[in-house]
Amino acid sequence: MAVAFDEMNGPGGDLRPAYQELSRWLKETPPDALEYRRQEAELLFRRIGITFAVYGDAEAQERLIPFDVIPRIMSAKEWTLLEKGLKQRVRALNMFLRDIYHGRDILRANIIPDDLIFQNPVFRPEMNGQDVPHDVYVHIAGIDIVRVDADNFIVLEDNARTPSGVSYMLENREIMMRLFPDLFARHRVAPVEKYPDELLSALRSVAPLSASAEPVVALMTPGVYNSAYYEHSFLADKLGIELVEGRDLIVKNDEVFMRTTEGLKRVDVIYRRVDDDFLDPLTFRPDSALGVPGLMSAYAAGNVTLANAVGTGIADDKAVYSYMPDIVKFYLGEEPILKNVPTWRCREPKDLAYVLDNLGDLVVKEVHGSGGYGMLIGPAATKATIEAFRDKLKREPEGFIAQPTLALSTCPTCTASGLAPRHVDLRPFVLTGRDHVTIVPGGLTRVALKEGSLVVNSSQGGGTKDTWILDE
Amino acid sequence: MLSRTAENLYWLARYVERAEYLARTIDATLRVTALPAAYIGKTNEWDSALLTAGVSASFYEAYQEANEQNVVEYLAFSPSNPSSIKNCIEAARLNSRSVRTALTSEMWDTINSAWIELQEVWGKGTSSREELARFLRFVQETSLRFDGSAYRTMLRNDAYWFSRLGLHLERADNTARILDVKYHVLLPEEEHVGGPLDYYQWTSILRSVSALTAYHWVYRETLKPWLIADLLILNDTLPRSLASCYSNLVRNLDQIGVAYGRQGASQRHARGVRNRLEHSHMDDIFQHGVHEFIQEFIADNARLGEIITKQYLI
Repeated sequence: MAVAFDEMNGPGGDLRPAYQELSRWLKETPPDALEYRRQEAELLFRRIGITFAVYGDAEAQERLIPFDVIPRIMSAKEWTLLEKGLKQRVRALNMFLRDIYHGRDILRANIIPDDLIFQNPVFRPEMNGQDVPHDVYVHIAGIDIVRVDADNFIVLEDNARTPSGVSYMLENREIMMRLFPDLFARHRVAPVEKYPDELLSALRSVAPLSASAEPVVALMTPGVYNSAYYEHSFLADKLGIELVEGRDLIVKNDEVFMRTTEGLKRVDVIYRRVDDDFLDPLTFRPDSALGVPGLMSAYAAGNVTLANAVGTGIADDKAVYSYMPDIVKFYLGEEPILKNVPTWRCREPKDLAYVLDNLGDLVVKEVHGSGGYGMLIGPAATKATIEAFRDKLKREPEGFIAQPTLALSTCPTCTASGLAPRHVDLRPFVLTGRDHVTIVPGGLTRVALKEGSLVVNSSQGGGTKDTWILDE
Repeated sequence: MLSRTAENLYWLARYVERAEYLARTIDATLRVTALPAAYIGKTNEWDSALLTAGVSASFYEAYQEANEQNVVEYLAFSPSNPSSIKNCIEAARLNSRSVRTALTSEMWDTINSAWIELQEVWGKGTSSREELARFLRFVQETSLRFDGSAYRTMLRNDAYWFSRLGLHLERADNTARILDVKYHVLLPEEEHVGGPLDYYQWTSILRSVSALTAYHWVYRETLKPWLIADLLILNDTLPRSLASCYSNLVRNLDQIGVAYGRQGASQRHARGVRNRLEHSHMDDIFQHGVHEFIQEFIADNARLGEIITKQYLI
């Protein structure tokens, strides 16, 4: 594996311009002052109650995601490029979804094999031929980006279902501004606080035609035991909308209502953080207690907008991901600005053979996996793990893709032995409304806190950082 | 607002109030039992603490004897007692989490900090009187902070009113229960009225509703049973009296009625109870029977809870 690109000390150890001021500040600040503020940050997070739950970890039902106080910094120029690439990619994702559930031009053009779509468990036949308000499918996208050098941004994953993490982007900034006002005074950092406003106006802009002039938006959560519950309540609060659970909603004559102290009130747009499978027990899993019976028929009648739309999972499938450069070209006629990681599709015999021969060097992922679970990182795995994966791959090759191990870029991070480089990724949040796509500058930077580790997921020992886009 | 949100706010306030009341009950019982035996008589004060908390039956399923250790354990820390202080704070935090959007950050901070302290400091219970005293103070301070932060930071809208409904309904129930358990010591026809036993029993009642000092300010007299009953039942100026709780319940329900442009069964029922309290005199109550009066009140109060639930919370 090549030496990782460090975002502060570039190749050859030259301090990169965006980090000049931070580097100076770090030299002036005694290490114990930094440690003191790190502890203060942790205390603030705990008091505010920003926690997440780790599934299968009974001891730590609510845990804090470690927060690293050293910001990650990007220049305006870098951001402009990234922003352009993200907008392009999300436009293509929406057009792809509309096409898959309607005319299917892309299948007829033989760009993507039919069975990859129709045999795919996240493809929703219920959505065939169904129009969604204003043709927007992915209202909120979280695109995971990594860097390997100064010039290229690479997309690691598209999250088109119910991406989470934006509350950390907002709270990290709040806490940084509280703890390091001096550092902010020395930089011009583009603000992120407009996100809730932009999200609300995007959601209102896609209200169904039958909605009143003041569409009612609600955020639907699976409830307090969900790992992202804090984020759900945080966003509902910032947006000033009701935080509803399935049991608060009822469908009558194909319209959705919430039960309020003043009787039933119609809901026009549901920002749902509940997976497709649990939305409506009449259509999907009959055992789901989280959903609303009849919701899908109200949706089909065009009386409610679901954000994101049902069936968007097909766009963040990791095998479909490997076709994204072709998808961008097909719908937009443009060269993709953001690169893909080269991907071997194990469903194809030639690729599978290569992957099996090179397991020790590759990262193997489940096509429907998320959260860093069920993943093999070849160079870091034991022989036994590799052999176990080999069996899995042979048994169910279509369930996996493989990618080369990327040398993710690093950023300076607080560790027990002082500042040290740690690998990072970035999840910007892309909002699509009726007629425009917006992104607040920055996103959620996740950092692998263990030395050498490439896994940034919070469920597996990752932390977060504030992400600064410098305004020039 | 969402019915579920209103329900959570209502119960949140009830749990916090109940936790405080339990802490006061334990505190008052500790004081009485610290007296020499001659002052206490033969009654088991810990038994009566269980009765005022309304958990006597479930306690004896788990324990043989009502002594300090068992009762404190059961009322304060027991996970198997659904309304132990510990469970009240747990339930309050769970309710708060589900309605975070309706709480101010100060209220959330109070409940969340209390919950953290409960785990980190009081996870193993208390091992001495001194520790117990500190724990009881912590519970009472949590309730005061919660109440104060609600009062000072919440918007005066339905969220606030539903939270107040829970508080006053629970408070009325608690005051009525302590009166009901202790009514016999208030009855003037008992032979040994005025003996040291009664005196300390009376102060213990007043202490558990934080009204000992208030009594002296209001009546400027030595403790008299009918005045104590008058204070706790009819005196509108004492925040924990039944009359005061009902003035507040009527006002909060009216505010909801006005905001929603509609009155209903709960407004009518609350007004009925308030009117009865307003037109009662202590003499009549004693003649009619304190026990009967209180029993009726407890039933009426529970009925109001049901009506509010039906009208707004489901």
